[in-house]
Amino acid sequence: MSKLNDLFTKELHVVNLGIESFAEDLASQGKKIVHVSWKPVAGGDKVAAGNLRKLQTPAMQEKIKAANAEALRRILDAQPVLVGMGIARDVIPGMTEDTILHAGPPVTWERMCGPQRGAVMGGLIYEGRAKKLEEAEKLAASGKIRFAPCHMHSAVGPMAGVVTPSMPVWIIENKAFGNRAYCTMNEGLGKVLRFGACDQEVFDRLHWMSAHLYPILKAALEQKGEIDLRLLVAQCLQMGDEAHNRNKAATSLLIRELVGPIMSLDAPNREKADAIAFINSNDHTFLNLSMPAMKATMDPIFGIPYSTIVATMCRNGTDFGIRIAGLGPDQWFTAQAEMVQGLYFAGFTEEDAARDLGDSCITETAGIGGFCMAAAPAIVQFVGGQVADAVNYSLQMYEITEGENRIYKIPALDFRGSATGIDLLKVMQTGIRPIINTGIAHKDYGVGQVGAGLVHPPEDCFKQALAACAKAWTE
Amino acid sequence: MVKLEVRKNAYYDSVTLMIISKDLKKLDGVSQALVGMGTDLNRELAHGSGLDAPGFEAVTANDFFVAVECDDEAAFKACVDKVDELLNKKSESKQASYSPPTLDGALKIDPDLNMAVISVPGKHAADVAQSCLDRDINVMLFSDNVTIEEEKALKEYASAHELLVMGPDCGTAIINQVPLAFANVVRGGNIGIVAASGTGAQEVSSLIDQYGGGISQLFGTGGRDLKKEIGGLMMKLCLDALINDPATKVLVLVSKPPAKEIAEEILSIAKGAGKPVVVSFIGGHPEQVRAYGLTPALTLEDAAQKAVALSQGRQPADFLGFSMGEEKADALAKEIAGKFAYGQQYIRGFYTGGTLCDEAMKLMLEKLGHIYSNIPLRAEDKLENPRNGDSYKHTFLDFGDDEFTVGRPHPMIDPSLRAERVVRDGRDPECAVIMTDCVIGYGSHPDPAEDLAEAIRSARAEAEAAGRYLCCIAAVCGTEGDPQSLSRTRQKLEGAGAVVLPSNAQATRFALRILAHLNGEGTK
Repeated sequence: MSKLNDLFTKELHVVNLGIESFAEDLASQGKKIVHVSWKPVAGGDKVAAGNLRKLQTPAMQEKIKAANAEALRRILDAQPVLVGMGIARDVIPGMTEDTILHAGPPVTWERMCGPQRGAVMGGLIYEGRAKKLEEAEKLAASGKIRFAPCHMHSAVGPMAGVVTPSMPVWIIENKAFGNRAYCTMNEGLGKVLRFGACDQEVFDRLHWMSAHLYPILKAALEQKGEIDLRLLVAQCLQMGDEAHNRNKAATSLLIRELVGPIMSLDAPNREKADAIAFINSNDHTFLNLSMPAMKATMDPIFGIPYSTIVATMCRNGTDFGIRIAGLGPDQWFTAQAEMVQGLYFAGFTEEDAARDLGDSCITETAGIGGFCMAAAPAIVQFVGGQVADAVNYSLQMYEITEGENRIYKIPALDFRGSATGIDLLKVMQTGIRPIINTGIAHKDYGVGQVGAGLVHPPEDCFKQALAACAKAWTE
Repeated sequence: MVKLEVRKNAYYDSVTLMIISKDLKKLDGVSQALVGMGTDLNRELAHGSGLDAPGFEAVTANDFFVAVECDDEAAFKACVDKVDELLNKKSESKQASYSPPTLDGALKIDPDLNMAVISVPGKHAADVAQSCLDRDINVMLFSDNVTIEEEKALKEYASAHELLVMGPDCGTAIINQVPLAFANVVRGGNIGIVAASGTGAQEVSSLIDQYGGGISQLFGTGGRDLKKEIGGLMMKLCLDALINDPATKVLVLVSKPPAKEIAEEILSIAKGAGKPVVVSFIGGHPEQVRAYGLTPALTLEDAAQKAVALSQGRQPADFLGFSMGEEKADALAKEIAGKFAYGQQYIRGFYTGGTLCDEAMKLMLEKLGHIYSNIPLRAEDKLENPRNGDSYKHTFLDFGDDEFTVGRPHPMIDPSLRAERVVRDGRDPECAVIMTDCVIGYGSHPDPAEDLAEAIRSARAEAEAAGRYLCCIAAVCGTEGDPQSLSRTRQKLEGAGAVVLPSNAQATRFALRILAHLNGEGTK
C-alpha cells in the first residue's frame, strides 16, 4: 500500500493557488478548500527575489531561524514598566542643551517637513532660545542645533516627536533586560506642538504641563510605585483599544492607577483636580506610554546576528525609516514616506496632509496598533472600513510575523495573540507590508491634526534592508 | 501532597486561567488545582482550599502560579504539562472570507491540506508545485508552459515520496469523489481512471455515468507523462495505487499512443493488475493492447461502455453504433444529406476540448483524406493562420490550443471565439456540416450551451436565407448531475436546430454517414 492509497481513505483538503473559480466550485459543494491569493515572490522583483534566495539556503535559514526565535523570545519576555518621570536633559542619554530630538530616521533641517519644522521652532521658543519664529528658524538652520532621532536616544515621540532639554518625560524600564525608554507627556488634540503648532496657546500649555502637571504626576508615581504597562496594554486590547489610534480604555485604566495616589498628595486641591482633569480630557494620554513601552520592548533585539526581525519603524514626514535587528541600530533603510489613506476632518482634504509622520508606529513594530485592528472595531469606521476589514488586517499580519504574543490577545480572533515580530523576509516573500493606524498632520506648521487613516511603510525600505542582509551575511 | 510551581513575572488573563484550572481537575490523581496570578483574591482562594504550599507566601500579583493537590509527582508533572499545552494552544480563527497570501498561511488555517490545485503562471508553477510537495501535499498542476525538465524534476521527487503531480496542463481529476478544476459530477463506483488527457478523461467519466457505472478515482497525468523524458512516472504511480485499491474493480487507461517502450512498460504493469483493464490509446492499434490480454477501446465512448460492462460483470463488446439505433440514424443522415445545396461538401469541426478534436480527426481521417487543423494529424495538413484565416476544405480546430488562448481564457471558460467561428463558417457556401463539442461540469462556463445555441441558430438561419442547409452536430460532454445539467444543455442545443449525439464518437460517425449519403455512397 502506497501513501496514495492512504490518501483514498482521507477526506480531501484542497488548497487552490491561482484561478479563484476552482476554489468557488469546491466551496459551493461544501468541500474543504482554502484559496491562496497568490502573488509572485517579492512582487516579481528579480533582484529582491535573488537576495531572498541567498538568504533562504538551508545553512542561512538555520542561522536566521535561530536568531529570529531569539528576537521573538526577547520581545515576548519584555516587561515594560512605568518607573517614574524626569526632565529630558537629566535622564535621556546623550541629551545636551543644543540637542533637539525628533521623530523618524535622521533628517536635516532643510529636508524636514512642515509640522516637524514648526515643532522644532516651537521647541526653541519654549526653551527660551528664541523669541519669535523667524529667530527660531534662523537658529534651527544655523547649524548650532544638533538634530537627532528620538530612536537613537532611547526615546520615541508621536508625530513631529520633538523633545527639547527641559521637557518632562515618562521613564519606562524593561525589567527583563534593564533598558529604558523615554517619551514626553501627551498634550491633547487640537493645536499642539507634536502637530507643528507653535503659538502662545501651545507654549502656555507646555509651560503649565512642566510647572504643574509634571510635579503632581511625578509625586503620584513615587507614591504609587511602578505601573506594569504590559498589563495595561493587555487589558486595553480586551476593551476596544489597539493602543495606537485608540487609547480611551488604557487612559481610563491609567487614571484608575493614578487617581488615588494623586488625591493623597500633599498639594493644593486645585492642582490635583487640574492634573486629573487634564489627563482625563485627553484620550491619547496613554499613547505616550504605549509608545515608550513598545520602544523598551523592541530595543533589546538589536545585536542578534542574522535576525531579520524589524526592530524599528518610524517616520519624519519626509522619510520612512526601518532598522533590522541583525544589522544593528546604526543602519537605517529609508524611502519617501507615503501619504496616509483615511478620513479627514471637516474642511480638510488630502491636499492639506503631510506625509506619514511620527514614531508612533513603534506600536505596530511590537505587534499592537494596526496589528490589533480586530481588537478595536470602534476605530475601523474612522479609517474607512468594516469590522470584517479590521479582522482581515489583523489576520494578514500573521503572514509576516515570527510569532504571536502571549499577553496581548485579540478577543475577536478567539483570543489569539497579536502578530508579533515583523520578519523582513516574510514581508518580501508575501508582498504584504505592515499595516499602520495613524493620525494625519497638516502639511503646514501651526495647523494641527487634519484626519486619521491607514498607511504602510514604503516597499523600498524592505528591499534595501534585504539587499543589506544578503550583502552582509552571504558575501 | 500539595505542589506548587511559580513563574515570576508571567502574565495570563484570568479567564484563560479559570478554564485551565477546570481542565486540570479532570486529570487522574488530581484532587484540587488552582492556576492563576498571585492576586489577593487568588491568594485567598489558595489559602482557603489548602493549596498554599511552602513558598506560596512569596507569590506576588505579577507572578503566575500552578498549585495542585495531587497523589504523586507524576500527577503534578502531568498538570504542569497540561498547563503549558493549554497556554500555548493557538486558536487559529477560521475566517471563511480570509484568503491567505501564502501556502504556509493556508496551512495555518487548515493543517490537513493534502491536495493543491495550481494554476499560477507557468514560469512560477514549478516552484509553487515543489513547495507543495515539500509540505507533503499532492499536486494537480493546471498551469501550462512548465518545461519538461521542470516536470521531470517534480515527478521524480513526487514519485520517490509517493505523492501525486498531475499535470502540467492537467485540467481534470476526481479524487475521493471531489471533482477538481474541469471535472464532472460523476457517480461514485468501482472504475478507476488514469488519463493523460483532460477532456478525454471528462468524456470517458461522463459516459461511464451515463451508462450507469461509477468511478472510484480519476487521475490526470498531463499530456507529456508518457513521453520518453518523463517515462510515465505518474501513470505508473496511479496505476499501482488503483491496482492496490480495493474499491477499484476495473481500470481504464486513456492516452494518445505512447512511445513504444513506455507503452510496453505500462501494459506490462496493467497485465499484472489482477483486475480488468480497458486501454484507450486514442488512435492506437487494438492488437498492441490485446497482446497483453487487456481490453482495447476503439473510442473514448467504447472505453466507457466496456468499463461499465466489466464493472457489472458482463463481457465487453465493441460498440460502433448509434444509441438512437442504426436505422434511425441512417434515415436521419440520408434526409439531411438531401437538403444541402450544390457545392456544400465539407465538414468543419470546432472544439473546446483538445482531445475531443483529436479523437474526431482520428476517427474521420481515413474517410476524409485530409483534415486541415491547428493540431493536424499529418504535418502537411497544418493550417497557416487558424485563428484569423479562413477554413480550408475539411477543417478542424482546437480552440484550446495556444494561438487561440493568447490573452484570453480557455474556451471551456469563454467559448465566444468558437461561437463566432460557427457563424463565420456557416456563411461558407462549401460548408455542409459543423461539428462542435459542448463540455459542461465544474470549471466550465456556467452555461456554455447558451452561446453555442445562439451561434447555431443564427448560422442556420443565415444559410437558409442564402438558399443552403447547414447541419450542426453537437456532442455534450457531461452528466445530469453537473451544475449545467446534461438534459438542459442538450435541449438548448436541440432547440437551436442542432443534431445532438450522446458522444463525440457517435457525432463523428453520424457526420461521416451524412457525407457518405451526400457522395452517393448510400447506406452501407
